[in-house]
Amino acid sequence: MAEIMEKAAATEAATTPVISVRGVTVDFPLRRGNFRAVEDVSFDIMPGEVLGVVGESGAGKSMTGSAIIGLIEPPGRITAGEVLLHGKRIDNLPPDEMQKLRGKRIGMVFQDPLTSLNPLYRIGDQIVETIRRHLPVSEAEARERAIGLLREAGIPSPEDRIDAYPHQFSGGMRQRVVIALALAAEPELIIADEPTSALDVSVQAQIIKVLKRLCEKHGAAVMLITHDMGVIAETADRMIVMNKGRIVETGKVGDIIRRPKEDYTIKLIDAIPSITDPIRVHEKPPAQTPLVEVKNLVRDFDLSGSMFDRLFGRTAKVVHAVDDVSFSIRKGSTYGLVGESGSGKSTCARMMVGLIRPTAGEVLLDGKDIWQAGAFERRRKVQMIFQDPYASLNPRWRVGDIVAEPIKALGLASGRGEVEDRVADLLERVRLDAASMRKFPHEFSGGQRQRIAIARALSSQPEFIVCDEPTSALDVSVQAQVLDLMRRLQDEFGLTYLLISHNLAVVRTMADDVGVLNQGKLVEQGPVDKVFDSPQDEYTRMLLSSVPDISKIV
Amino acid sequence: MSELTQTAKPKGAVARFFDSDVWFSFRRSPVTIVAATVAVSLVLAALLAPWIAPYNPFNPASLNLMDGFTEPLSESMMGNYFVFGSDNQGRDVLSTILYGSRVSLFVAVMATLFAMAIGISLGLSAGYVGGVYDSVVMRIADIQLSFPAILIALLIFGVARGIIPPSQHESMAVWVLIIAIGLANWAQFARTVRGATMVERQKDYVSAARIMGVNPLRILVGHVLPNVLGPVLVIATIGLALAIIEEATLSFLGVGVPPTQPSLGTLIRIGQQFLFSGEWWILFFPAVTLVLLALSVNLLGDWLRDALNPRLR
Amino acid sequence: MLSFILKRLVQSVVVMLVVALIAFMLFRYVGDPVASMLGQESRIQDHDALRERLGLNDPFYVQFANFISNAVRGEFGISYRLQQPVSELIASRLPATIELAFASALMALVIGVTLGVMSALKPRSIATALVMTLSLVGVSLPTFLIGIGLIYVFAVELQWLPSFGRGAVVDLGWWKTGLLTESGLRSLILPAITLSLFQLTLIMRLVRAEMLEVLRQDYIKFARARGLSARTINFGHALKNTLVPVITITGLQLGSVIAFAIVTETVFQWPGVGSLFVNSVQVVDVPVMAAYLMFIAFVFVVINLIVDILYYVVDPRLRIGRAAQ
Repeated sequence: MAEIMEKAAATEAATTPVISVRGVTVDFPLRRGNFRAVEDVSFDIMPGEVLGVVGESGAGKSMTGSAIIGLIEPPGRITAGEVLLHGKRIDNLPPDEMQKLRGKRIGMVFQDPLTSLNPLYRIGDQIVETIRRHLPVSEAEARERAIGLLREAGIPSPEDRIDAYPHQFSGGMRQRVVIALALAAEPELIIADEPTSALDVSVQAQIIKVLKRLCEKHGAAVMLITHDMGVIAETADRMIVMNKGRIVETGKVGDIIRRPKEDYTIKLIDAIPSITDPIRVHEKPPAQTPLVEVKNLVRDFDLSGSMFDRLFGRTAKVVHAVDDVSFSIRKGSTYGLVGESGSGKSTCARMMVGLIRPTAGEVLLDGKDIWQAGAFERRRKVQMIFQDPYASLNPRWRVGDIVAEPIKALGLASGRGEVEDRVADLLERVRLDAASMRKFPHEFSGGQRQRIAIARALSSQPEFIVCDEPTSALDVSVQAQVLDLMRRLQDEFGLTYLLISHNLAVVRTMADDVGVLNQGKLVEQGPVDKVFDSPQDEYTRMLLSSVPDISKIV
Repeated sequence: MSELTQTAKPKGAVARFFDSDVWFSFRRSPVTIVAATVAVSLVLAALLAPWIAPYNPFNPASLNLMDGFTEPLSESMMGNYFVFGSDNQGRDVLSTILYGSRVSLFVAVMATLFAMAIGISLGLSAGYVGGVYDSVVMRIADIQLSFPAILIALLIFGVARGIIPPSQHESMAVWVLIIAIGLANWAQFARTVRGATMVERQKDYVSAARIMGVNPLRILVGHVLPNVLGPVLVIATIGLALAIIEEATLSFLGVGVPPTQPSLGTLIRIGQQFLFSGEWWILFFPAVTLVLLALSVNLLGDWLRDALNPRLR
Repeated sequence: MLSFILKRLVQSVVVMLVVALIAFMLFRYVGDPVASMLGQESRIQDHDALRERLGLNDPFYVQFANFISNAVRGEFGISYRLQQPVSELIASRLPATIELAFASALMALVIGVTLGVMSALKPRSIATALVMTLSLVGVSLPTFLIGIGLIYVFAVELQWLPSFGRGAVVDLGWWKTGLLTESGLRSLILPAITLSLFQLTLIMRLVRAEMLEVLRQDYIKFARARGLSARTINFGHALKNTLVPVITITGLQLGSVIAFAIVTETVFQWPGVGSLFVNSVQVVDVPVMAAYLMFIAFVFVVINLIVDILYYVVDPRLRIGRAAQ
């Protein structure tokens, strides 16, 4: 009898969802009326399942996660629907009961491992306090468990590292600690909110593996929230696509990526670049003659600290941020420069536009060194597009003045009327109406701001534009539009681009040639298809294999 | 291309102000509205003192010792009516307050402007240039900030007294006070502006301007300065309240403006002598005015800080 | 650790030298020391003799070196006004100032931190609104008015406490303390409150702002997601992180209490170094001004050093370097 009951309980446990979200709506009463962050969202997560939740910014995916674990920032609150944990309603629990449930039955992993841990406490203390809060174990037992968890999470020699402080770990290692912490009290569900978005591709792949392996081992279901469809493709069993607070489509990952049904999902998937996409064909093939040549470029940074440290015999610490890099860019072509953070790609870009002086080597534009004879010409012929469209436009200036700045600074037009005509023309070319001129940047969306930045770059009629991660701050659908605009402007004006990106798929769809930077050295370069399809260097191969891509469905 | 057209019309400056979060938070805060009303009335009253004051307290011809020590809301033996009473020399307390606020406000505003000018130029240049210059300027600011402004002002005042010939002490007193208070308060501006400048300097719009070869001075004034004005405004408001208090304190200590041209602090110093003998009004009304002035300006500064801080919205 | 302290020590010495230079310039160039010392009915020969005796004809650097070596031994010359050695004047008045400063610093710290933490943890409560408003009133009330107000209420009207002076003191030989007699303690209450009020509001607002900032951090959100109790989060995690930056600023604020005492001492006729300084400024008694400046700078430098070391002990990010990755 008891046996039968047990079996029944077991089957029931397997068929009852860990978490059931029923018609949940989250509202934020704001100054300009009510903002509905999540609207009528319903889904289940079964035990051991990995559910991916994907959507662009403002889709309400993170808010749904916060709603489940009961951590919505005021004034936001759940105004309709219910959340059930193993069939028991939890969204109406009193705060202290909910607090006991967090960590014990639902764990959470946040995006930024650098800020998730308290810098003043040893990581061991933070794990032990979590374990002892939820489980009736002694200090020594909790410490044993903590060491075990750290070992499982892939921290080498956890017996020693448990007494280290967070700042003594790298970003990837810290995220492993965070995952170990989230699993410390054996919760049934882990909500992972963009767990890898702040990390480099190579680290990203490892963290996803650790998360998946640990959750499988401890029998925890996972709700994986991310904007990156590639991560979901490689990790999740089922997925939910969200847009503007609502669920657009639900289904098996493979089904949705290969055969999306809803219009929104079809467009979204279409906009995602892949490292297997066909390479780009120009309307007008680029010339074979180089416009820009980089020869043996070196940039050192002196990190040896203050004069005082040197007096006390600290050895000088010089870092080669860029180490003997040479490449050339054909006129009218796009050269893609890829690498992880700290690879020196941005330093390279800044030396090529005149922002950072090279330690050695030269940057030639039309055969003249932009740091020597070509310095004056450089100001007109070289422009740059930046990553963050919020920081690249002066918030106190009107758009018209922003776009006109190069024209005025370089004296390219005289008279107000002429300047205004040119600005209107430029805005039209980036598909913004002329009335935008009198507005301020904050009145525009991220994608629109990036177009304003492009218009400014174009206004000096440059020949060479350095694009430093031009779309990494944008949503995929907006990214596709901006990339499309960049392609068309290139063909229209015969521009030459240096495209810097950590996103290999973007480089694949934009560039003609590509160079791979690793720790300041150019490890491989060549035509895009050759490098992507038959990489020669070990590092390039590692990068290509670890990048999450929608072509890699599990 | 869904983003092709813009529907909203560009707005004018006035419309933008009334639509702004700052104006919204102002209307939502009754305390701030009251504070603004009080501050504006006090400033107006001080500005219009020669026209609205019932008496001219500094015209020796109109003073009569027989008017002395008249209680508030009563007539003196000479038949003059005093709302706030009169002091030992028969001066109308209300009128001395009106004229006194004028002196106090003049000194405080000028000193704050002076501190602002030094602080902004040093802060901007230190933040933009960096390096040794930055360390030196900031180290001086740090050291100065750890001394109370009153001490610095006293020292500067003492030095000035030693340098200026005694015959000119009285006529120069107001300017010495302005310089002393201004020099005591620049560091706060410098530190804030420098911090904000270092943040702005890193932003890409400055890089964009540098790429096209805009000269550093133009970048500082055209790009960086407008973006650091928010925090400067907050500090200037709070700094103004501080300067009002500092001026009063110095005058109270007897090292401020001379009694022939009294500020609120001087009036309080005079009134203190009579407090214990029962003539409370000579001290009370100037003190209340001083506190109201400082408090209302402080409240405005406090509100401004919250309103301009995007995180708290 | 050793190199860190050494570095701070060197910086402190540099600061002291700069202040000494300012004090020396004051001493040497503000007014004419010889005329100030001799008075108006003196003869030219006396002037020249005194100039020679004071070493005023020596080159600048020799004079500065002499000034410093005298300063290290606590010699700052003779007060123009009181015709007594400055060192004696300051030494006799120091205990009064230090006792007053210590009492008010303690009060400001304990009450300020408590109120700051409470108002940060309950940002929407009525008590917080009240405390915040009162704190603004506190900042807007000049210290001398608080003093006068307290005297009027508690000394004149209620006659509970004395309105001026230090009460009876006990001479310990090297230190005259007012803390051992009833009248001394009673005399201390009003000045201590007056002096602490401004610092108290500052500390309270600072702690509150820092704590609110810390409570917004990801690690606090993550601590909530780990299910830690509100108590552990607020008093374990948030408070400790709040105190790191607070230590610096609070430490310096407390140091400046001694200098802030100038106003309070004047109002309460407290026989400390602050009132000595104010009286000296009025008559440009330069030796006292220079000595006071050096004294305050010394206090500042010592407190700064202590704060730096404390900071170093509390924050592991300073204490332990990043591991090689």
